[in-house]
Amino acid sequence: MENYFQKEYETMPREQIKALQNEKFLKQIQHVWNDCPDYRKKMEAAGVTPDDIKSIDDISKLPFLSKDDLREGYPYAMLAKPLSECVRIQSTSGTTGKRVIAYYTQHDIDIWEECCARAITAAGGTKEDVVHVSYGYGLFTGGPGLNGGSHKLGCLTLPMSSGNTDRQLQFMTDLGSTIICCTPSYAAYLAESIKERGLRDKIKLKAGIFGAEAWSEEMRRDIEASLGIKAYDIYGLTEISGPGVSFECSEQTGMHINEDHFYVEIIDPDTGEVLPEGEEGELVFTSLDKEAFPVIRYRTKDICVLSTEKCSCGRTFIKMVKPRGRSDDMLIIKGVNVFPSQIEAVLLEQGYQANYQLVVDRVNNSDTLDVNVEMTPEKFTDNLGEVAEMEKKLVGALKAMLGIYAKVHLVAPKSITRSEGKAVRVIDNRKI
Amino acid sequence: MTVKQISVFLENRYGQLHEITDILAKAGIDLRAINIAETTDYGIVRLLVDDVPAATDVLIGAGCVVSVNPVQVIAVANKSGGLNEVLGKIAAANIDIEYMYSTVDGANEEAKLVFKVDKPEELEKII
Repeated sequence: MENYFQKEYETMPREQIKALQNEKFLKQIQHVWNDCPDYRKKMEAAGVTPDDIKSIDDISKLPFLSKDDLREGYPYAMLAKPLSECVRIQSTSGTTGKRVIAYYTQHDIDIWEECCARAITAAGGTKEDVVHVSYGYGLFTGGPGLNGGSHKLGCLTLPMSSGNTDRQLQFMTDLGSTIICCTPSYAAYLAESIKERGLRDKIKLKAGIFGAEAWSEEMRRDIEASLGIKAYDIYGLTEISGPGVSFECSEQTGMHINEDHFYVEIIDPDTGEVLPEGEEGELVFTSLDKEAFPVIRYRTKDICVLSTEKCSCGRTFIKMVKPRGRSDDMLIIKGVNVFPSQIEAVLLEQGYQANYQLVVDRVNNSDTLDVNVEMTPEKFTDNLGEVAEMEKKLVGALKAMLGIYAKVHLVAPKSITRSEGKAVRVIDNRKI
Repeated sequence: MTVKQISVFLENRYGQLHEITDILAKAGIDLRAINIAETTDYGIVRLLVDDVPAATDVLIGAGCVVSVNPVQVIAVANKSGGLNEVLGKIAAANIDIEYMYSTVDGANEEAKLVFKVDKPEELEKII
């Protein structure tokens, strides 16, 4: 079996990474210009031809690609290979509009799965591991991506998909799953179910690879403590390939971007201006060697910071810190930017679980924020005064974090719907 | 006398209290006393029952948030001035009452006073 700590790439000196990216990038631009009429049109509209692009430093001359660009040309938007050469599609959930369909040649699938194999390796995985994949399978990239990565690594792979928690726990205990891959909210739900059923001693998990939604450091610590594992973050988008665009290593201080396949920029989301390393902005990705569905300067709407600081794991690939949230997850309440992940961090820090729901409304032309939080046995007492005091403390901590008042409602356990995929955290009732 | 009281978190919505009594009734648990403390959003229902471990198990099993803690139960004759006399002693001993409630035992013509106080040992001593 191949080793997926691919040091020849993953620990390359920075100048060599840049040179490799430069070489691949120029080819990728030639490819989209020659083979993708949608891109050629886009470039022509911006007045750019491949002749204007001498090196990767000229990338800012190229126009951005948005989700709308990918939706507009549905179903074949930005396709750069004949369908006869494509072997697979995946698709976004389409909850916010028309679906985006991503196409893959066998080469594209190989790159994607290799990225996922690197992620599992960085989380301590070897062919001896039993990899339990509880991401959804099908059009969603989570299941197929980690499944493919696990195969590449030679791990026994359990294609569980999401849902049916009893069956998940049965296979987990009977087959001794050692690595779990799912969304962080489902991991928290599984942890709760394991505790309820008294199965903690029967599970052999050592690591989890969690992605597809934003989660806080506090939630990581909670999941790690309750499952007795190390929890690693993984990042990716269907538009770019799927999970594995970047992944965490043993240091757990950010996700290494697979820079031999993807070029990253951070931009000011308002002006589009490229920002220097260390500044917070929107992540923009360019694929470097995709065949069927290349993306040039794709705007992710994810807000984060990049760092090339030396990493103790030896990898030289640039790290992105955990995204603070998606710019489209961000709520503007009373003119203040609020990320659900900030609220989650406060709840966990105050000893609540990450079972919460935010309800935003507008009453008499003023925004209101209500936070529903489940009561936990650890916090509950027979003393009403103490419970009221706890609630007051939580309101204070939220105010300190957000700068606005949030009304807290303590609700019965399990009254907030558990998600088996991505959690529904926000209900915005404002009609604006 | 010190007895174990079960407190259950109650969300303020229709039918919540009935859900709890239903769980207990189905498990054959006999309620000896009940008291509710509430805010606009939620409440705490406090229970004295005949079988504390069994009641706790079924409530937790049904997903309730439960806390078990000791309270003091004092029996007084069910006649005028009974409570007044006990409260007089408590006040004189500088014992702070967090909360109290009462229940009447018809068979013995006795009232049972349930107290949560800051100094339970002293309460036992003075009564």
